[in-house]
Amino acid sequence: MSTATEVNISHEVHHDEHHDHEQSFISKYIFTMDHKMIGKQFLVTGIVWGVVGVLMSVLFRIQLGFPEANLEWLRPLLGGWLTEAGKIDPEFYLALVTMHGTIMVFFVLTAGLSGTFSNYLIPLQIGARDMASGFMNMLSYWFFFLSSVIMMSSIFIETGPAAGGWVVYPPLSALPQAIAGSGLGMTMWLVAMVFFIVSMLLGGINYITTVINLRTEGMSFTRLPLTIWSFFLTAVIGLLSFPVLFAAALLLVLDRSFGTSFYLSDIYIGGEALPNMGGSPILYQHLFWFLGHPEVYIVLLPALGITSEVIATNSRKPIFGYRAMIGSMLGITVLSFVVWAHHMFVSGLNPFLGSVFMFLTLIIAVPSAVKVFNYLTTLWKGNIIFTPATLFSIGLVSFFISGGLTGIFLGNSVIDIQLHDTYFVVAHFHLVMGSLSIFGLLAGVYHWFPKMFGRMMDEKLGYIHFWMTFIGVYLIFFPMHYIGIAGFPRRYYSWTNFDAFSSYTDLNMFVSIAAFVTVAAQLIFLFNFFYSMYRGKRAPQNPWRSNTLEWTTPIEPGHGNWPGELPKVYRWPYDYSKPGAADDYIPQTVPLSSTPESNLDHEQELAKQEKLANTAHAKKQF
Amino acid sequence: MDKSINIQQRDIKPSLKTLSMHPLKFALWLFIVSIVMMFAALTSAYIVRQAEGDWLIYDLPTIFLINTIILVSSSITMHIAYIAAKKDNFKTLKVAMVFTALLAIAFLVGQFFAWGELVNIEVYFVGNPAGSFLYVISGLHAFHLITGVIFIFIMLFSAFKFNVHSKNMVKMEMCTTYWHFLDGLWVYLYIFLLLNH
Repeated sequence: MSTATEVNISHEVHHDEHHDHEQSFISKYIFTMDHKMIGKQFLVTGIVWGVVGVLMSVLFRIQLGFPEANLEWLRPLLGGWLTEAGKIDPEFYLALVTMHGTIMVFFVLTAGLSGTFSNYLIPLQIGARDMASGFMNMLSYWFFFLSSVIMMSSIFIETGPAAGGWVVYPPLSALPQAIAGSGLGMTMWLVAMVFFIVSMLLGGINYITTVINLRTEGMSFTRLPLTIWSFFLTAVIGLLSFPVLFAAALLLVLDRSFGTSFYLSDIYIGGEALPNMGGSPILYQHLFWFLGHPEVYIVLLPALGITSEVIATNSRKPIFGYRAMIGSMLGITVLSFVVWAHHMFVSGLNPFLGSVFMFLTLIIAVPSAVKVFNYLTTLWKGNIIFTPATLFSIGLVSFFISGGLTGIFLGNSVIDIQLHDTYFVVAHFHLVMGSLSIFGLLAGVYHWFPKMFGRMMDEKLGYIHFWMTFIGVYLIFFPMHYIGIAGFPRRYYSWTNFDAFSSYTDLNMFVSIAAFVTVAAQLIFLFNFFYSMYRGKRAPQNPWRSNTLEWTTPIEPGHGNWPGELPKVYRWPYDYSKPGAADDYIPQTVPLSSTPESNLDHEQELAKQEKLANTAHAKKQF
Repeated sequence: MDKSINIQQRDIKPSLKTLSMHPLKFALWLFIVSIVMMFAALTSAYIVRQAEGDWLIYDLPTIFLINTIILVSSSITMHIAYIAAKKDNFKTLKVAMVFTALLAIAFLVGQFFAWGELVNIEVYFVGNPAGSFLYVISGLHAFHLITGVIFIFIMLFSAFKFNVHSKNMVKMEMCTTYWHFLDGLWVYLYIFLLLNH
């Protein structure tokens, strides 16, 4: 490559540094309207939440694996949440699983994943200067931050955080008499979620507007990288489903604090009847799962989009079935709204309705399988470069298969009667939703770290991190299937009270140890992340030799992303190893007219048109 | 190869408009979609709950009908203001905007009286969900309407400062769209409540 370009770039970087000096610390790092900084804010906040959520799982894995352990040494941290005997208080255990679920689903995998990468990548990959509204984008982060502060402080109040499960079903969550966590902790949970919904709607509206309105010249929808397609559809799902959660939460707030009876009826506490009459707790379940199921895809789709990009780049092959990928994502988007009642097969749902929802649920296997096969065929016979991001993406595909298969079991209403609310469900969604999305997040961080911070992450540490996490995840969640098939219910505090389950004591101990090791492996990642941010190797212009637009910006892009004019797009983003081409990649900004040696037949036509347009443009100028 | 990219980048035009709609207007439509989803959730919850029985039946107070007429007429004055702004007819614009604002406030006051009327016929917020739903639906609509009124007042003040004219219509168009939407939403809710009470 030419030195002229480098000089040019370094000059531009210098120019931007000069520009940045004019910004104060507050407007650059705190109340920033730059989509790149907002993306990083979401990432770091998401990582902090990830640490909190994972530490909670360590605590309840101690209880499940080592029920006799004396945790007196944790008293400085947990204080009154330990019983006299030095064990975790049963109600605190429930609060732990509730908060673990809430934090991981909403704060890490929704805000941390889609918040980070939608913000960071959408303008960079579609060739826009920034989001449609930088101000709304800033509000989105700060509503999320406010929500985080409220949720975090609910952990430290005397009655403890919400404890009715992350789905907060009434009447358990509606009545403070039911459990300590349904008092102030639950109120704070609801307030935090309201701000969270506002944040996600502000973000989502921005993402959709940006993708539709601000694409650069030539960036048609069929030239969008699949990452952008996935973020776009994620935002659409969020826009349609979060308002419904808002309605559900609003009615729950009214029931809790104003005495209405939307969800409450015929309840006796201590022999005394409550005044609430005429409510229906099933109503809440319908409203909640109308968000709750699409939420699964809000978590899943960005991870799948990131994987498409990483796998295609590092297999040095075009993604197999680009249009089929878009089609299957559209299919998943539509289907995600018509399957919610499969979470309610045992709620007294009409069995006929159950079969309808079962049918619709099983149809989701079709687009999901299309995606899996496309990933595998993209990898097939590729010149695979095993970067940590590639490994995490391949791991993701593995979880998509192993966790997706158990989804077919659970989608059957008859089998669900046995498996409902057992550890089988826990194993299923931790593989396919939890681990898969975390792997997508990690793949994204490893892949785009050079763009975000201008430095490379350490590869060797990345490999160690991957193998420990990958093996660890299977060691944790595979045994859980057996425990679930044996019928052990989730969310139970203790196994030892039931003879039927005492044979699983060893297995649980094994799962817990695997969990501790896997968590320890994440420390490697944390070290690698923060160390590389300051001390990592300087990143080259295009470290993965990728086609997409973000690698045509300066190494550390300033405001407006491209110092000169916006890049123009001439081709789709997956021209890897194109026959006849000199290099094994052709960036989207290279015109077809300059690559006659590798053009396909229909591209020759487009190249001619390009030349005509260029001459016409040149004539106009002189 | 990198060099050729830069040469290419130098002589390209700024990005073409991919959609003729202004991004902020488009964002407003998306916001409207999210409001629609929220009321869709509430009205379907209403139907689901009603189907389960134990449902208080009462007549909707007539004041709701009067309020509906007031709100629809505010939509008409809003549209008159919009057309006036497009034709730079500032006098009509100001008068129509003032009328819109007054009618909007009259609607909100009317809704408040309607709640009083409901209490008189012993339909309470706390009690049978049939009543609670009515309060929640009309209350949430009123909340969104207040945001619309704030928007109208902003446009009213800019109209008096001559900041709304045929060359500066984006905000006026957004205000008109939002207000028509909120009115249409209420007409839907009113008919829905009329048919399903």
